[in-house]
Amino acid sequence: MVPVSYYLVLSGILFACGVTGFLIKRNIISIFMSIELMLNGVNLSFVAFAAQWHALSGQVFVFFVMVVAAAEAAVGLAIIISVYRTRDTLNVDQVDLLKL
Amino acid sequence: MLHLILFLAFGAVCVAGAINLLVQRHPINGALSLVAVMGSLAVEYLLLGAEFVAAVQVIVYAGAIMVLFVFVIMLLNAGVEEQTKGSRVALLFGVPGMLLGSILIGWVLLAKGGDASVPVGAMPGAPKVIGWLLFHDFLLPFEVTSILVLIAIMGAVVLASHPDADQGKKES
Repeated sequence: MVPVSYYLVLSGILFACGVTGFLIKRNIISIFMSIELMLNGVNLSFVAFAAQWHALSGQVFVFFVMVVAAAEAAVGLAIIISVYRTRDTLNVDQVDLLKL
Repeated sequence: MLHLILFLAFGAVCVAGAINLLVQRHPINGALSLVAVMGSLAVEYLLLGAEFVAAVQVIVYAGAIMVLFVFVIMLLNAGVEEQTKGSRVALLFGVPGMLLGSILIGWVLLAKGGDASVPVGAMPGAPKVIGWLLFHDFLLPFEVTSILVLIAIMGAVVLASHPDADQGKKES
């Protein structure tokens, strides 16, 4: 039997890794993957709380988070492709103007 | 005991993959370690009794989304990223502050988190129950997400299409 708090600590570690990656990475795709890592950490805490309170709504919300993450990945990667096409770089330090 | 061993083993894979994502310089290595994180997270969901969520995690996250990532990394031929200097203030205050905060949160969770847990093999999150919830209690959010996905598809097509493609057709 594993206490729910262990799962919460694991989800906190994953979220912290995601935040750290978001801050220290310079490649726009790596930054995007860090965001996915953060979403995964949040999903784990959703499922852990659903198990703690015996409420399945938490698992339904994980489903919604996954749908939003899929939509976000599709649109975000399309934006990355279009940024690379106009600027020929993936380094976020060189993409600091909204205007070309 | 089996539950704890499985939790610790796959949790270790999760954390190792997440740290590997931070350490790796090449995006493709980061993407593959993220696949490892998602696969072991699916096992954690199974341990919590979330059968449906575990399946969707493998199919949608580790399957669809990460294939999209790997595809874009290959398409754009993303190389090793160059690094920039971080600020010294962040190193001086950020790291001790983060350590302090995480120790505090961990202590609160472990000391006062309660000991609720699910037995191995109990599957409260069966697809039938989740589907019933999804199409009765959460019908409106479900329909809204379908509109969201439709808009996302159109946005992705518009953004990723070549800007000169339309003009070339009109001129010729």
